Amino acid sequence: MKFINKLKSSVIVLDGAMGTQLQSAGLALGELPEEWNITHPDIIEGVHRAYLEAGADVIYANTFGANAFKFGDRTEFVVSAGVKIAKKAAKDYKNRYVALDVGPTGKLLKPLGDVAFEDAVNCFKRTITAGANAGADIIVLETMNDTYELKAAMLAAKECCGLPVIATCVFGEDCKMMTGASPEAVVALAESLGACAVGLNCSLGPEQMINAVSRFLACASVPVVVKPNAGLPEEVNGKTVYNVSADEFTASMQKILAMGARVVGGCCGTTPEYIAKLSAAAHAINPVRISDKNLTVISSYTHAVYFGGAPVLIGERINPTGKKRLKQALKEGDMAYILGEAVSQSEKGAHVLDVNVGLPEIDEVKVLASAVTEIQSVTDLPLQIDTSDAAAMEGAMRLYNGKPLINSVNGKQEIMDAIFPLVQKYGGTVIALTLDEEGIPPTAQGRVAIAKKIIAEAAKYGIKQKDIIFDTLAMAVSADSTAPLAAIDSLSYIRHTMGVNTSLGVSNISFGLPNRDFVNGTFFAMALSRGLSAAIINPNSQEMIKTYKSFCALSGYDKNCLNYIEYASGVQAANYTVTGGNIAQSKPQNTLKYYIEKGLKAEAEGAAKTLLKTQSQLDVINGEIIPALDEVGKRFEEKTLFLPQLLMSAEAASGAFEVIKSSFGSAGAVKKLKIVIATVKGDIHDIGKNIVKTLLENYGFNVLDLGKDVPPQTIVDAAISTGAKVVGLSALMTTTVVSMKETIELLNEQYPECRTLVGGAVLNKDYAEMIGATKYAKDAMESVRYCEEVEAELYGE
Amino acid sequence: MIRFLSGKITKIDKKQTMIFLGYAGVKDLDGAEKIYAECEQMILPVVAPKACYELFDIGFNGGEIDLGFAKTTSHSLGLNLKGCDRIALFAATAGAGIDRLIVKYNKISPSRAVILQAMGAAAVEEWCDDVNGQITREYGETKPRFSCGYGDLPLTMQRDIFRALNVTKNLGVTLTDGDLMIPSKSVTAIVGIKAKG
Repeated sequence: MKFINKLKSSVIVLDGAMGTQLQSAGLALGELPEEWNITHPDIIEGVHRAYLEAGADVIYANTFGANAFKFGDRTEFVVSAGVKIAKKAAKDYKNRYVALDVGPTGKLLKPLGDVAFEDAVNCFKRTITAGANAGADIIVLETMNDTYELKAAMLAAKECCGLPVIATCVFGEDCKMMTGASPEAVVALAESLGACAVGLNCSLGPEQMINAVSRFLACASVPVVVKPNAGLPEEVNGKTVYNVSADEFTASMQKILAMGARVVGGCCGTTPEYIAKLSAAAHAINPVRISDKNLTVISSYTHAVYFGGAPVLIGERINPTGKKRLKQALKEGDMAYILGEAVSQSEKGAHVLDVNVGLPEIDEVKVLASAVTEIQSVTDLPLQIDTSDAAAMEGAMRLYNGKPLINSVNGKQEIMDAIFPLVQKYGGTVIALTLDEEGIPPTAQGRVAIAKKIIAEAAKYGIKQKDIIFDTLAMAVSADSTAPLAAIDSLSYIRHTMGVNTSLGVSNISFGLPNRDFVNGTFFAMALSRGLSAAIINPNSQEMIKTYKSFCALSGYDKNCLNYIEYASGVQAANYTVTGGNIAQSKPQNTLKYYIEKGLKAEAEGAAKTLLKTQSQLDVINGEIIPALDEVGKRFEEKTLFLPQLLMSAEAASGAFEVIKSSFGSAGAVKKLKIVIATVKGDIHDIGKNIVKTLLENYGFNVLDLGKDVPPQTIVDAAISTGAKVVGLSALMTTTVVSMKETIELLNEQYPECRTLVGGAVLNKDYAEMIGATKYAKDAMESVRYCEEVEAELYGE
Repeated sequence: MIRFLSGKITKIDKKQTMIFLGYAGVKDLDGAEKIYAECEQMILPVVAPKACYELFDIGFNGGEIDLGFAKTTSHSLGLNLKGCDRIALFAATAGAGIDRLIVKYNKISPSRAVILQAMGAAAVEEWCDDVNGQITREYGETKPRFSCGYGDLPLTMQRDIFRALNVTKNLGVTLTDGDLMIPSKSVTAIVGIKAKG
């Protein structure tokens, strides 16, 4: 019988621990257990046989850590040997299966770690290809601490073999993974990428897993896997024993089986005795039937967002259409502005963020991929990837950490042909617009017909109707007074009669009308009451948020109106503060200079706006911002003010610059000197470098930031191509000062007229001279002073 | 046998944090109180202290120390371990949540990033003091803990420590090619236990 069929009809028993078994067989401390596939194949086979005798349906080959990061060129050899030993043991038994056991790579992925996503995919591919070639029946991805690494492994499995994949992650007692993911987020991601079973293993004993197990069971549409440790190790009479006995373990697992878990086994500390007892209990019960929970869900790297309950708000601000400032930011590659929009929308209460960077003059494939990754490093909200470029869509879906919302398909065959294969491969929930080659049908009936056509086409790719959300298209009421009802009637039918979720880009409705918010708010309320599941809106619009909060309170989504009360009371307080600020405008301590010195960003922005009504941008910069920064810088140098305040002032100044930029389209880099800045190869610390960058920008320098862990040649190439006269390098580790030296040498060789400015915890003046740097700066202010000197020397005052 | 510890940090040591932030001889945050409090509120819920340790008998052979999991000729460690016949080797982490916050604020607010960075460092130090304290209570008088990179003890010894304690599997902490730990608010250390009698 094929594994996948057995999984459908029976409870599956997995094996127990390999690592702790090998330790008792004499595996030395620090020795890689996978080496024993080569040196002690008989012992490995013995462990497998013991578990098979105990009644395990599936044995995990001894390949947990056999990956290219640890074994290099020997990876395939070690993996293949491991799978073959397990196959040899299993061939004497009927209907038993060999799983290729794939653990984490041992490296953490960016942005927390130093491994690029695609490098992780390739690392997994080598192990999985070797395992599949050696004859594994199943791929098991286990002990995962990070959903991003899980995604890399799942994609690798998908791209190099068609074997069934089981995914299990490590959870703490707080029901979170180390990198913050909830059980719901893991289920959403793993199911969307085609896992045949999903669950948790290691770290906890069975009793401590019960909370997480019940959450898995509540949302998973595939069988749930539970593979706990035998509790924690303890020393008894000089011997290591785990503190949950085989009988206790089995008793707890019986509870877990009764709850509905369908795939069970043991992790660290369990032995054939545990598995024999577990197997007897598990094979004696009737398997709980697996049902599709029929949930429409997307996820980020921490949590899942469901559609169909309280309406979901999708923030629309990261979309250049009609937004001058965002267009400029995209053209200039100014990611900071985009990240600011992401954070502010999440603070305003958006549940999902739309990300659209489509501009004719930019490389959308590259920019969308980098926007998605960067935005995911500042917010844990799930993203809606919004592009009409299929290549850009694929790139972003691949790199996205979670199950994304896809914006969008429609009834045009060409579009469905391009997008559905991507959803099939990478997983996702897709927004489908009810229009086709003929345009937008004027009636609700016509829109519903297109919806049905889209569902049928999606089914050809195995995309279920729960993974589609229909947007029935809000069109300008000013052009057609029947447009709003056509959208609302069709969405009501789709939601209530067809049972599919719906979404609208609400604000289109008021196009061409004055005071658009009035109409938007009322239309939003109408749509919500007729069954709108999600809305793309501007979270800064008080009208929309107020409608949303009121609707939730009135529709039973807000118990005791707590959210409404919190929101509504906050609104009054905010208004009060704004008024107070304006009245106090004339007092001397309420100047822009004062606000920057005190590091009050919001106040500085307000003051800059006011000043710009009467003064030129240069007057504001030279008369207020620069003197404030100089004052703060001086106090920092005198040690009467410290780093946090220096940076608060820098941020307030950045806020004021941003105001100037929005009103004039440019803050006018007031200096001519160009500076390239980077943390050197091998070093992943970038706080110090970012501080220097922030201050240099404050002082009007042109700074190109290359990021961290940057190879020497990349830095040199950037310096040459921008014509930078100063390259700033940062290193925090003694070991990476070597990279700094190499970079300086390469720069001297290829671009000798460029100066080097170095800094970082391990450097001092002598050391800097030794590695050939032009200048050592002990802190960010000294870097600014040096660049001012160079500016004066090269370009005069 | 590798032993596991987990704990809780309910307050970030302000004095220690201010030292990390470079407040030289100043007690007052002078204007930064508000964002300090904001950062503390962000960091406390994500601090997830975990640790594991193992005991090793050690031996001295001329200039070489046999640490039980690796050998070294480090002179400074030799001085530290004088009078000890065994060590507790531990790895401790305050979790990945702090790194997530630092990555975020490093991009949108450098002032918060430096404060979170300092608080994270203070949190993991405090957790190490806890771990160290438990070791002392259990096994008697200990020497000040000693980490790779102190004195002449090479950073590359991290690789031996990671293998000996199976740190990546047990705590989820990983090592980069340059032997840096991620999550970054993690520490490994050797704690000398003084010989009895």
